[in-house]
Amino acid sequence: MSQVAVVTHHAHEETSFWRKYVFSVDHKVIGRQYLTLGLCMALLGGATVYVIRWQLAWPETPIPLTSWVPEPAMYDGQLDPSFYNQLVTMHGTIMVFFVAMPILLGGLGNFLLPLMIGADDMALPRLNMMSFWTFFTASAVLLSSFFVSGGPAAAGWTGYPPLSANPEYTGVHGGMNLWILALALEFASFLMGGVNFLTTAINMRAPGLSFFRLPLMVWMQLTAGVLFLLSVGPIIGGAVMLLLDRTIGSGFFLPERGGDPLLWQHLFWFFGHPEVYVVLLPGVGAVLEILPVFARKPIFGYRTIVYSTIIAGVLSFVVWAHHMFVAGIDPRLAMPFSITTILISVPFAIMTFAMIATLWGGSIEFRTPMLFTFGFLITFLIGGVTGIFNGSAAVDIFIHGTYFVVAHFHYTLFPTVFFAGFAGIYYWYPKMFGRMMNEALGKLHFWLTFVAFNLVFLPMFVLGIGGHMRRIYNPLQYDFLKPLAPVNQFITMAAVALLLSQIPFILNFIGSLWFGEKAADNPWRANTLEWSTSSPPPHGNFATVPTVYRGPYEYSRPGAAQDFLPQTQPLPTGAAAAGA
Amino acid sequence: MGGWFPENISSFGAAIDDVFFLIYYIVGFWFVLTTAVILYLGVRYRRRAGHPAAYVRGDRWRELSWILIPAAIILVLDLAIDAAGARVWESVKIHLPPGDVHLIVTGKQFEWLVTYPGADGTLETADDFVANNELHVPVGRDIRVTLRSQDVVHSFFLPNVRLKQDALPGRSIDVWFNVNKPGEYELACAELCGFGHYTMRAKLIAHSPDEYAQWVRDHEPHRTAEAPSA
Repeated sequence: MSQVAVVTHHAHEETSFWRKYVFSVDHKVIGRQYLTLGLCMALLGGATVYVIRWQLAWPETPIPLTSWVPEPAMYDGQLDPSFYNQLVTMHGTIMVFFVAMPILLGGLGNFLLPLMIGADDMALPRLNMMSFWTFFTASAVLLSSFFVSGGPAAAGWTGYPPLSANPEYTGVHGGMNLWILALALEFASFLMGGVNFLTTAINMRAPGLSFFRLPLMVWMQLTAGVLFLLSVGPIIGGAVMLLLDRTIGSGFFLPERGGDPLLWQHLFWFFGHPEVYVVLLPGVGAVLEILPVFARKPIFGYRTIVYSTIIAGVLSFVVWAHHMFVAGIDPRLAMPFSITTILISVPFAIMTFAMIATLWGGSIEFRTPMLFTFGFLITFLIGGVTGIFNGSAAVDIFIHGTYFVVAHFHYTLFPTVFFAGFAGIYYWYPKMFGRMMNEALGKLHFWLTFVAFNLVFLPMFVLGIGGHMRRIYNPLQYDFLKPLAPVNQFITMAAVALLLSQIPFILNFIGSLWFGEKAADNPWRANTLEWSTSSPPPHGNFATVPTVYRGPYEYSRPGAAQDFLPQTQPLPTGAAAAGA
Repeated sequence: MGGWFPENISSFGAAIDDVFFLIYYIVGFWFVLTTAVILYLGVRYRRRAGHPAAYVRGDRWRELSWILIPAAIILVLDLAIDAAGARVWESVKIHLPPGDVHLIVTGKQFEWLVTYPGADGTLETADDFVANNELHVPVGRDIRVTLRSQDVVHSFFLPNVRLKQDALPGRSIDVWFNVNKPGEYELACAELCGFGHYTMRAKLIAHSPDEYAQWVRDHEPHRTAEAPSA
């Protein structure tokens, strides 16, 4: 038997521990590596929140449990203003580039894409391995910047020059260079990943799996890959220019040497806005997979969702200057960008309504993945509608650079990365690790996270309306912010609760590896191809190449024997005529 | 809700707040409606024995109209929001009045330097004088401010005036405002500009026009030496 396997499956020869678990070319191992590293970075990014939030609530009180942090970062628990800026910078950088992307694209994308299209691996497995280890190096470089003299980058995650371009302005020398290097490596890593995703999904689909039979998760990963490939060029160019300004004294962004600080902002946001959708779409993809399974209904308007995604993707390239309404651009430019920005709400409204319409007439089971999906829908809605305020140039004059913006983007990114990301992890964990996660802990995790998250970020809109600026080390400096101190204190307590709410997840994620109930091949009775192989799938994924007969969301179809109809299951000839 | 805003003291601040509330009521309505529908569907169609799910694919126009018609309404509301905002944006940021008083405000780590024109009313002449971190203006007059920076990007933020504009090194950017209530307010920096960013605070002091003229006279340099030539 094993003899036969060796002949038919090229990669089944004995592999060493290192090749199997560390330097593996198997997309499933690489997906788990990305996911694990992303979750570890999330703990770190979360830890910065504790210090930042305590400082904002009680700016003149030493921060408990931090007396071990050496000078000049902290003086016996009293935070240094520079280190505050550094933590804020690292929080943003870590969460966007080292948490959101590895969890949603590197983790879920890598693991699911070949399985969902019936392929034995990525088209370019070695490139896939290289992309992970490049990302690993990027993470190591970023974290090493905490330990160099002068500390890590302090110019905000957006790194606006001249502050970022001349070390004199922040006192940060090597740390900022390492930040640029880490980002460049991260971009390179996800460029490799994006190329691989596209190549794989275009060339390696199983027989019968046409584009309009692809699971929407694959469409979302594909669109995200295209957006990333098209937008990342300018920021890589910008990063090189910034590094040259810092190291050899060029003047791309420095006016006294003939440069222009606004050039960076254009390059950064031309990339930065599509990047939001690069992160968002895979999260939406996870939700779109989970909704039909737990409502036992086809997704509502499959093609409409695909077209809306493409329209949103195209629009995302012509909205970037909405980050720059008051940055010094020609004020006449604000109007066209305000219009494109507000228009992007239309394709997203269609997608959201399609998700909601999927629930109508369903048979909804509230397992943990579905709870997180509902959490995503409601919180993301708040993120979406508050974007209209920021997108209106007139209102932006007041709320730009305030906590209103901070609240808004946390209401878009947190639902995407964590509500949708957790939904995806609870849902695909059985396929990834061969065991179920604990349902009671999962539900506890959901309710704690959902309540705490809203208690943190809803009051932040109040801070923003009060005019509270972002990135302020001590808000008590300003008389007009003093009345907002109780709001800041409330948010900090809620933020600590939100951090502690992740304990059930950590216990569940690690504990289920050993103590979880053994997972069946298809525990959720789902249609897509990843559920037609074993849990976890073997190297090579499928015993035989699957043949696909239909789209992925045929649930509760009249005349079918069960309330689901896997993509690989042929119908008796009589019933096939009724099929789509 | 309105009480959460800093007190408005400018001629255009109320118009900005009005656009905010227009958006607030529109999206508030949609948010409440959509959330109610989500929760209703979650309860109404929870799994119950003997109630199988319906088979609806949403690929026919008759079905799709349930999501496309609301989306079309949103499109119309979007355009209405754009139109309302455009008028306000234009009056604050595009069509600047010439200004009764013209000042230069220069940001540098971590101070605001305010240059006043002195008795001749003209900037960049010998009788200009500078006050650190104090922006004195007369009420009821159009104030034109030329924003500059000596080092990094700062952002000139007057919360009570509802005005914000970045100040960039290498450029001069003009803004205007008109304060309608005397008193002492704050000028903040709203763009991360270094370790002392949070201390980059100045006072906005709105005087009656007479008081303002007196304040300028009191602070002019070399008044006696220059008086004869005037």
